[in-house]
Amino acid sequence: MSSEIAPAASSAADIAKIPPSLRTLFFAFAKMSLSGFGGVLVFARRAIVDEHRWMTAEEFNETFALCHFLPGPNIVNLAMVFGARLRGIAGGLAAFAGLLVPPMLLITMLGAIYGRFGQADALRQGLAGVSCVAVGLLASVVFRMLTPLAKKRDLVGLVVMAAVFVAIGLARLPLQEVLLVAVPLSLAITYARTRWAR
Amino acid sequence: MSGDDNPLAQLFWTFALISLFAVGGAVAAIPELHRVAVDVRHWMTDKQFADVFALSQLSPGPNVLIVTLIGYSVAGVAGAAVATIAMCGPTAVLSYVVSRWLSNARGARWPALVQAALVPLSIGLMAASVWILGLASDQTWRAFALTVIAAVVASTTRLNPLWLLAAGGCLGFAGLL
Repeated sequence: MSSEIAPAASSAADIAKIPPSLRTLFFAFAKMSLSGFGGVLVFARRAIVDEHRWMTAEEFNETFALCHFLPGPNIVNLAMVFGARLRGIAGGLAAFAGLLVPPMLLITMLGAIYGRFGQADALRQGLAGVSCVAVGLLASVVFRMLTPLAKKRDLVGLVVMAAVFVAIGLARLPLQEVLLVAVPLSLAITYARTRWAR
Repeated sequence: MSGDDNPLAQLFWTFALISLFAVGGAVAAIPELHRVAVDVRHWMTDKQFADVFALSQLSPGPNVLIVTLIGYSVAGVAGAAVATIAMCGPTAVLSYVVSRWLSNARGARWPALVQAALVPLSIGLMAASVWILGLASDQTWRAFALTVIAAVVASTTRLNPLWLLAAGGCLGFAGLL
């Protein structure tokens, strides 16, 4: 979520010169992943830019922007790209594994507990409460992302957004088909508008 | 879709394909995950999908780990591993290749253009996620009210979301929903 990215603070001067070892990369990403409730991005930024000084804030924003427009889970893409930048492909794999393996083990255990006791009333009711809140949290993220579009009175953006919502949320059309229409269309509109604005 | 007989192959191809179209990250892919897991493949019910989403929010780590739970419910631990790797591996490799290629084209204008074009799409997809998960979770007016309250509190305060999730769990546990 780009709104969570603060403006650049640190300068290039105090960036660490020696690239971290694969072990360090693995454990650093495992740590940010395991402290990341409801999204890892904030913790990744704090660790990479402020704590370890592996990147300036600008470099981080640039890398994140790249990972945000590529398909797939953004933070996983970021770990791969970032690790590879510091330590080549092995570094990318170390960061990727650090980010995914420890929380994956944890969540698989939760899944096993759910599989065994998921029908028990207490767990079922508790989880229903959690999921109501989780939906609310997600709604607040959408709201936060929507605010800049609304403030800019970006009518075209809002229409594109609403069309995607209707196609996917209400009509339940397959994602591939919707995107094969929506992505070229949105690109063409954005391009035409920047040409027109100049 | 190949390998329809083997559940692991089915998981792999399903999630690898979804990930390549997951513009805007894991949360934006939730409507498609729901469509495939609930409506097309019948791996789980609507309610189970909402539960799995709640578990993935309750657990630390990237949001994409909801696919780990879907994989687990289909084919156990092996399914969990295969689903996660299929959802994360191919796009990570793609990102690596593109970032190498882009580092030679620094200062180009088109990445910003592509991003500007994709932002409204990912917001629309995330709004659809809210809608679909809301339909599955908010079966009573009390549940709906809890969702609205959580949304308002999270939008207006900097309270750690974990407290809100815990509060929701307690209210549900107490049978108030």
